[in-house]
Amino acid sequence: MLSRTAENLFWLARYVERAENTARLLEMGYRLSLLPSSAQGPGGEWGSVLDASRTRAGFEAVHGDDVRQQTVADYLLFDRSNPSSVTNCLDRARANARVMRIALTTEMWVAINDAWHAWQQVLPSRASGGGLRDVLEWIRRQGSLFRGTTDGTLMRVDGYEFIGIGTALERADNMARLLDVKYYVLLPGGSTVGGGIDHYQWASILHAASSLRAYHWTYRSDVSPRNIADFLILNPFTPRSMHYCYRALGDRLNGLARLYGRRHDCHDQVNETLTMLSELTIDRIFAAGLHEFLDDFIGRTARLHGSIASAYHFAE
Amino acid sequence: MAGFNEMYEGDRVRDAYREIADWIRKVGVEALGRKQQEAETLFRRIGITFAVYGESGELAESERLIPFDVVPRVFTHREWRRIDSGVRQRARALNLFLGDIYRRGEIVKAGIIPAEAVYGNAAFLPAAAGFAPPRNVYSHIAGVDLVRTGPDELYVLEDNCRTPSGVSYMLENREIMMRMFPELFTRRRILPVDDYPALLRRTLASLAPASCDAEPNIVVLTPGVFNSAYYEHSFLADQMGVELVEGQDLYVDDGFVYMRTTQGPQRVDVIYRRIDDDFLDPLAFRPDSVLGVPGLFHAYRTGKVSICSAPGSGVADDKAIYTYVPDMIHFYLGEEPILANVPTWRCAEPEALAYVVDHLHELVVKEVHGSGGYGMLVGPAASAAEIEAYRARLEAAPTGFIAQPTLALSSCPTYVGNGVAPRHVDLRPFCLVGDEIRLVPGGLTRVAMTEGSLVVNSSQGGGVKDTWVLGD
Repeated sequence: MLSRTAENLFWLARYVERAENTARLLEMGYRLSLLPSSAQGPGGEWGSVLDASRTRAGFEAVHGDDVRQQTVADYLLFDRSNPSSVTNCLDRARANARVMRIALTTEMWVAINDAWHAWQQVLPSRASGGGLRDVLEWIRRQGSLFRGTTDGTLMRVDGYEFIGIGTALERADNMARLLDVKYYVLLPGGSTVGGGIDHYQWASILHAASSLRAYHWTYRSDVSPRNIADFLILNPFTPRSMHYCYRALGDRLNGLARLYGRRHDCHDQVNETLTMLSELTIDRIFAAGLHEFLDDFIGRTARLHGSIASAYHFAE
Repeated sequence: MAGFNEMYEGDRVRDAYREIADWIRKVGVEALGRKQQEAETLFRRIGITFAVYGESGELAESERLIPFDVVPRVFTHREWRRIDSGVRQRARALNLFLGDIYRRGEIVKAGIIPAEAVYGNAAFLPAAAGFAPPRNVYSHIAGVDLVRTGPDELYVLEDNCRTPSGVSYMLENREIMMRMFPELFTRRRILPVDDYPALLRRTLASLAPASCDAEPNIVVLTPGVFNSAYYEHSFLADQMGVELVEGQDLYVDDGFVYMRTTQGPQRVDVIYRRIDDDFLDPLAFRPDSVLGVPGLFHAYRTGKVSICSAPGSGVADDKAIYTYVPDMIHFYLGEEPILANVPTWRCAEPEALAYVVDHLHELVVKEVHGSGGYGMLVGPAASAAEIEAYRARLEAAPTGFIAQPTLALSSCPTYVGNGVAPRHVDLRPFCLVGDEIRLVPGGLTRVAMTEGSLVVNSSQGGGVKDTWVLGD
């Protein structure tokens, strides 16, 4: 397979995943904004949505300090000056797919092409007020459609693995960044936010990961910050946890090694991080510092990306 | 201008169109309109779109859909046999001409074509002289544009020896028709065209360089996603099961051409290129080209890689050379041309120029190096001011122009919104030349969607139709 094709598939998957994660983040902000006493700090929960997506500076250049649902949703969904807006993600996903039409099945292409065409018809006014949730749900569904058509129609050769790597890498990175922004509510005793609001803050993180029920099945207890961090970082079974994403990365990279009969640095790196994640406990992470742990993880993931790019001759 | 209507002979429906006439009557205009929309939705979903460029070369709009007409165009088997043998004959002569002028120049020495027309031609590539490409074939895919003016009157409007486009429409149009109107295909035997990609692959494989001793690695080389024919490039690569590469994916090492893959370098043997000569290799041609591959031309000249079409093929489809093709057929093949040229005035010749200048209002005048319907004058449809402006251009540089009578192009029934009406058409069959000559029974029919218009180019609002050749 051409290196450029592999790289395109990798980024195609990342953009689709990024659009979905943006929708999940907004979903979290929306839930919190419905709580009676949520409006604290600059822009309240909508501000933390900007922080989690690392877009506050860009946002302020457009909207100043006018942080509310309409402006944040506008910026994260539609604004072309925001590189990770859903509009830009879908544009770039489709551009990548279009260049690599022959590496995709017709069904995958149609899933992306239809999503792109439909998105051109979605006006920002549709995403205001309660309409936002419908729009967010629609975006999440496009991610499912892409993964579903990939799963159901694409040959299990190298292209499939590069798509899987893109999805898992993006998801792992996004989860680490989300937790990094929210880490202060997860730290035991470190929270200044009082009363019942904490519970919703925590639950909202699980909502963003579509994991509230899975969480209850796993812990059979009230939502606690320790367990949430444990679940989203170390649980090897929930498909949005950092540990799970690394398992997926390991599987996909091993798939490539089997196909090509050759292993690279990236294989060792993935194994090393996987071993670390299996041996760690959440208490040790908290003891050493959650923020430091997440920072290190984000760095590892960036290095892994670099090793994959050089192992398979990406141009970047 | 009424011209020949391919569906009728007087009041009687011609045999080729019997089923079509029945079908239009039975289905009705409203249902046809619905089907038309359905077809366009399908095309958009599959992503069969093309980019449109303005006169100055800027991207005028991205992703326009080429208008597709649901009423097919039909040839009888007998009509097709003549087209088939005429197109093959022409493709042979054009290739012999190219082999001749780049090596011996017999046709020039014999005084049949003036040296200036060949060696002074902008499309002549001195760097290609003295080298024989595999099987002595230069133009491996020849698109011969035909127009019809009567039941038995066919003319060649122009030859396309470099990288003619449109074959993906021929294939997709058929695919869409079979999907939407399967019943039409059960009534009469319509010869299939869907083996074209397999034939193209076989043709390209037969052109592998001598240095290739295994299954040849074939690639399609595209300028990239912004090219107006990108869809076709990816379609053909996909249908042949070969890689679609850009210049950045290829490099030359130790004389051979390689592509960058996830498993390291892989040697490339045959390149079906869809980029112009000028851009192939910045070391040999335009140094500012970012689309090409440094060293590619040297690899070609030393027989390490085959390039289809061969660099320098463009000189054979130049509109000034076009006028000599019947002479080439006599000279190289000793045969009578099966398909005639449109009578053409070469404005380079003073007498011809004088005639053309006096008759601009009834002629079609074209730039010798133009294509895509840009920069041409259709006299009968032009205003007095347009004619005067064109006259000034023509007189300033007459060698750059040819003129032809305004032909009464044939027309075919076409869905036009409130009914079915005749619209003018042309035809481009695609002839493959390698170890043998291959031609699928069909081609691309382009149709001028505007009433009375003779311009069928997609860049000028022309549409396409499925083209049927009936079985014996």
